[in-house]
Formats: sequence, C-alpha cells, structure tokens
Amino acid sequence: MSSTSDIAALTEREYQAGFTTAVESDTVPPGLDESVIALISGKKGEPAWLLDWRLKAFRRWREMREEDARWAKVKFPPIDYQAISYYSAPKAGKKLASMDEVDPEIRKTFEKLGIPLSEQKLLAGVAVDAVFDSVSVATTFKAKLGELGIVFCSFSDAVKSHPELVRKYLGSVVPYSDNFFATLNSAVFTDGSFVYVPKGVRCPMELSTYFRINEAKTGQFERTLIVADEGAYVSYLEGCTAPMRDENQLHAAVVELVALDDATIKYSTVQNWYPGDKDGRGGIYNFVTKRGACRGARSKISWTQVETGSAITWKYPSCILQGNDSVGEFYSVAVTNHYQQADTGTKMIHIGRNTKSTIVSKGIAAGHGSQAYRGLVEVNQKATGARNHSQCDSLLIGDKCAAHTFPYLEARNSSAQIEHEATTSKISDDQLFYCRQRGLSSEDAVNLIVNGFCKEVFRELPMEFAVEAQKLLAVTLEGAVG
Amino acid sequence: MLEIRNLHVRVEDKPILRGVDLVIRAGEVHAVMGPNGSGKSTLANVLAGREGYEVTQGSVLFRGKDLLSLAPEARARAGVFLAFQYPVEIPGVGNSYFMKAALNTVREARGLPPLDAIDFLKLVKQKAKELEMDETFLSRSVNEGFSGGEKKRNEILQLSLLEPALAVLDETDSGLDIDALRVVADGVNRLRSPERAVLAITHYQRLLDYLVPDRTHVLIGGRIAKSGDRSLALELEKRGYAWIEAEAQ
Repeated sequence: MSSTSDIAALTEREYQAGFTTAVESDTVPPGLDESVIALISGKKGEPAWLLDWRLKAFRRWREMREEDARWAKVKFPPIDYQAISYYSAPKAGKKLASMDEVDPEIRKTFEKLGIPLSEQKLLAGVAVDAVFDSVSVATTFKAKLGELGIVFCSFSDAVKSHPELVRKYLGSVVPYSDNFFATLNSAVFTDGSFVYVPKGVRCPMELSTYFRINEAKTGQFERTLIVADEGAYVSYLEGCTAPMRDENQLHAAVVELVALDDATIKYSTVQNWYPGDKDGRGGIYNFVTKRGACRGARSKISWTQVETGSAITWKYPSCILQGNDSVGEFYSVAVTNHYQQADTGTKMIHIGRNTKSTIVSKGIAAGHGSQAYRGLVEVNQKATGARNHSQCDSLLIGDKCAAHTFPYLEARNSSAQIEHEATTSKISDDQLFYCRQRGLSSEDAVNLIVNGFCKEVFRELPMEFAVEAQKLLAVTLEGAVG
Repeated sequence: MLEIRNLHVRVEDKPILRGVDLVIRAGEVHAVMGPNGSGKSTLANVLAGREGYEVTQGSVLFRGKDLLSLAPEARARAGVFLAFQYPVEIPGVGNSYFMKAALNTVREARGLPPLDAIDFLKLVKQKAKELEMDETFLSRSVNEGFSGGEKKRNEILQLSLLEPALAVLDETDSGLDIDALRVVADGVNRLRSPERAVLAITHYQRLLDYLVPDRTHVLIGGRIAKSGDRSLALELEKRGYAWIEAEAQ
C-alpha cells in the first residue's frame, strides 16, 4: 500500500453543502462609501447614535491599511473592497408569525443542511435563530426564553427592543478601531445575534445560530453580542456551512462576549465554510475577531472551536481576564487540507488577581494544507497569582503539509505560572498498517487516529455538536491518505 | 487453509525468503522456528501484506484464493490475523473503541450484524477476564504505555475477539514471563478448532509446551530446512540449529 495515495484518495470528496437557493434578494450595488452605510442603517431603521458609530468606524477604516493586517501566516490576493456588495436581505413582504410562513426555498436549504429549525427541535432543547444571508428570517422559542427574561434575537431586533443594552456593550470588548477587519465590520455589519441573560438566570437550553452565505459577491459582516449578567450561565452554539462558490468570499465577523460577576459563557463553533476545491480555487476568507471580557469576579468564558472549512481562517478567540479569579478557556481543533490555510489561536490577557487560563489547540494538516497556532499569554503587573497551561499539538498527514507554532508569552508579574507544551506528530505507516491488519480501511484508520487526537477538544462540545464535528472532520480529511 | 508455494521475497533488494513451501490445513497448528535473520518475521509480514516486502516469485493461496493480491484490510476481513511482534501504540484512541471498530468491520465482512456498545462491552470484558487482563486496559489508549507483556496480551485479546480463520503469531512469546506465557497460550488454544489454523513463529520451544504444534518447521537462510513433529522442537532446544544447517548442505 502507499499511504500517500490513500491519504490523497481520502481528501478528494467534494464539499457536500454546495448548492445555492433561488430566493429573490434585495441587494445594494457593490461599493462602499458613507451613503451606503447610511442606506444600511436606514434600511434597518437604526437610531442616530448607531449610524454615528458606524460612520466613525468607517472614517477610521479608511485610514487603516489592509497590509497591516497581513502579519498572519496566510497568503491571499488583494481584495477589492469596492467590488463587494455590503447589503443583501431576502425579500420578506410582511412580518412572519410562524415557521410555516418562512420562504419554502429557504426552509429547504436549511433542511438540506440538516439544520434543526422545526418545532420538534424544542424537544431537543435547541432554540434556533437562523441567519440567512444577513437578515434573520426566523426566531423560535422566544416565548420560553422570554419567561426567564432571556433576550435571544437578531442584532437588528435588539437595537430596537433593547437599545440601552446594545449601546452599553457594543464595541466595549472589540472597539470599532480594533483592527482592519473588525473596523470594517463595525461600519457595515448587517445583522447577527444578540443574547442577554439576566442576573442569576441559567439559560436552560443551548442557544444556536446557523450562519449561511448565499448571495454571490456578498461579503458577510455578522455582529454578535452576548452579555451574561451576574451569576448567569449561557451556552451558545454557532454552526456554519456555505454553498459552493467559485469566487472567494470575504467574511469578517465580530463576536463580543461580556461576563459579569460569577457569570459563565460557553461559546462553541463548528465552522464548515466552503474551503475551495482541491486545487485551491475559491473558498471563503474567514477573518473573524472574537473576544470575550471576563469583567466580573469569578466569571468564566470558554471558547471551543472546530475549524474545518474556509480557504483561509484568521481567527483568535480571546479572553480578557479582568475580574479577580476569572477563568478563560480555549479549546480548538483546526483542520487544513488541499490548499487551505489557517492561522488561529487565542489571546489570554491576565489582568485580575488569581486569574486562570487553559489553552488546548489541536492542529491537523493534510494535503498541501498550512496550519499555524498563534497564541499570546499576557500576565499584567497586577495579575498576582495568574496561571496558564497551554497544550499545542500538531498532527501531520502526508508530507506536503506544514504546521507552525507561534507562542508569545509576556509575564510582568513574578508570581505568574505559565506552562507551554507542544508536540508535532505524524500518522505513521506503522499505525496505519496496524489498523488495516485489523480490518479497518486507511480512511477509517485515519479518522480513528484523528478523532483520538482531538478527543480533549470534542469532549468540550455539546453532544450533538461533537457528533457533527466528527463527521465534518471525516469529510474534510477524505482523500488524505493513499 | 494456507498454501505457500516457492515463495521468494526481497526487502530493499536483499533476498530474504528464497523458496518457502508450506501447507497448513484447517485445524492444524504449525510452528516455525529458526535462528535470527532466517526470515521468520518476513514470512509473517508478507502474509499480512505489510509494505516494503517484494514478492519476486511464488504464490500464497488462502482458502484457495490468491492472498497476495489483496490489500491488508481485505486479508484481515477474509480471516488472516497477525499478532504483531511489536504492537503499535495509537495515542488518544481508546483500546476498546479500536477493538469494537475492528470487530464490527470484520463482522460486516462475514455478513453479521454489528455489535452494539453494550453487547461488545460484555464480550470484551469476558475475553479480557480469560486472559487475566485488568479491565483498565480497555479504557486506555491502544498499547500506549503498555509493558511488553501487556502489549502481547492485548494482541491475543484482539485475536480472541476477531476469531480469525488463520492466526499468525509473530514471536508472541518473547518478553513474556512463564505465567503470562501460559495465559497467552491458553488464549490461543481456546481458539483451536477444526475450522481454524495457527502459524506460530517462535524463537524458543517453551511456547510449544503449552501450544502443542501438529508440525514444526525450521527456517534457515530463507528456506524450510527441516520439518517434523513436536519432537523436532525439543531436539532443536538441545542441539541448536547448526546440525540442521550442516544436514541441509
């Protein structure tokens, strides 16, 4: 047998979520200036303060240079930001009263993806806020959450129904001037999700949103804000698939999390955007800024991500540990196959006393995939008793892929305890042969070994997500051995 | 069951097997002994289909079909099991998870329904008990951190689960103390049946005290230099291999 060709055969499988839906869209012409921003804001009926905020971001963005955001270990051609259309919404005539009124085409799309939008999902305990292109078309289980005072709605709705909360927290974790892509997002974001869990409330179900890019040449600029008030708990799931496209599509989302005293936020992502074909054509550029602030004492923010898609992933879900005894966690599996590139990791900024952070990163590279872990652990002067443990493991499949680790450690307090462990391993011919001698195909053997490698991270995912993640990994690595 | 005819095998252009003939019938246990470098492990590996062994001449029929044209997993599914001389560690993959995946693949090939988690656990616990293995071995990663003896027991545990038609044991006895040797041999003996065959490759005759062979073969310089019954093994232990080498010339 030749293990390289087995790996090659495994990776050949085509992207399964590749189809587009024929829905009439309300799309503005490509290009970006202040009038487009005013138009977006106007279409959404936003208050003046929000338009001002967007315009401030836009003016700042014009002074920024994309080159300055190109420090990551990824390569991509120049992006023409004037060729992108910044607004696209499915045409919904009137307000929808129930799921039955949602455009059947859209419902079919979600069904193909296996997205649980139906009422039956209530039994499974998942509330779904479906984002189709940029505008929410359906929100379920609002009533049940409403009884507990939990707000779970589209960002646009939140601006109308809870302007004081949005105004207080928007940009408080990721300022509008943060970085090139986050600043662009601040100027043009169209929709996203908003969650507020009031004092002492434990959200009884996993909150879930599915994002989907559908309109050709439409960049997606999601904005998500989650606030857990004192003693609150919430687990939020984000899952992504996109239809097949030949052109690169820019995705620059911003996610902000705020945890007050004794609050916990668990944020899980399974990302399966179109990675491009096996020769590296097409695919999504995923340039995301995700950051959480553990603002209160004993608060906790936990990021879990499984990144299998996108042509380029540029993403560093981070925690600012301000509150004393606060805890930050980052669990990540990133897979790159064919010509996919991923530069991902986290930042743990220790500010409060006795703050604790854990980083577990598992990178898998196959084909010509390139993979970089980039992580910063920063312990500030006042962060007495800060502790961090980082574990960064890379697994290589085949001999044309690459894995890099860039750990940055900055400790300004002598009591800090920082541990960093890193390993790189390769699926060996001996392991493959051993599995095959027991009857397993090369493909199954690779999946078995990869799943074993990722176990620590999958354990952190809610059950049904863990199953989906394993399936995605198998699909992503098809053709990876030969 | 197994018919090896005039088998010639090279490893990196070096001839290792130079015309092996060996026929094993269903129900039989054959022992292959021989000095270091005589080609014993090559024989085991070429039967299992490991990469890097080039068959230049000869044929191997397994149940009347050409074995050498099959991929390693197809041989395993057809009923050929190799107990590895050096079992491989697979970190992160649970031992019982691995064995369940293997068993259900093999069952599927035999047209049997897969075992669910509960039935599998019952079965594997019973088999582990027979081999005097602690249940903690089931939840650990495949062979990771196992001692040499534990790895060998784990091979026999897989053997007893998969119930292959032909078991090839590649120096399964090396590294085992006398108690472990008995336990492992008992495990193999339990599998003996008129439908199954065993090819036991060993350095020492002491395994054969417990796993009594129907035939004993001596492999020297890539050929079977002498075949006999159980007493041949005892004679080898007393006299070494030199006299056979002399006799063969």
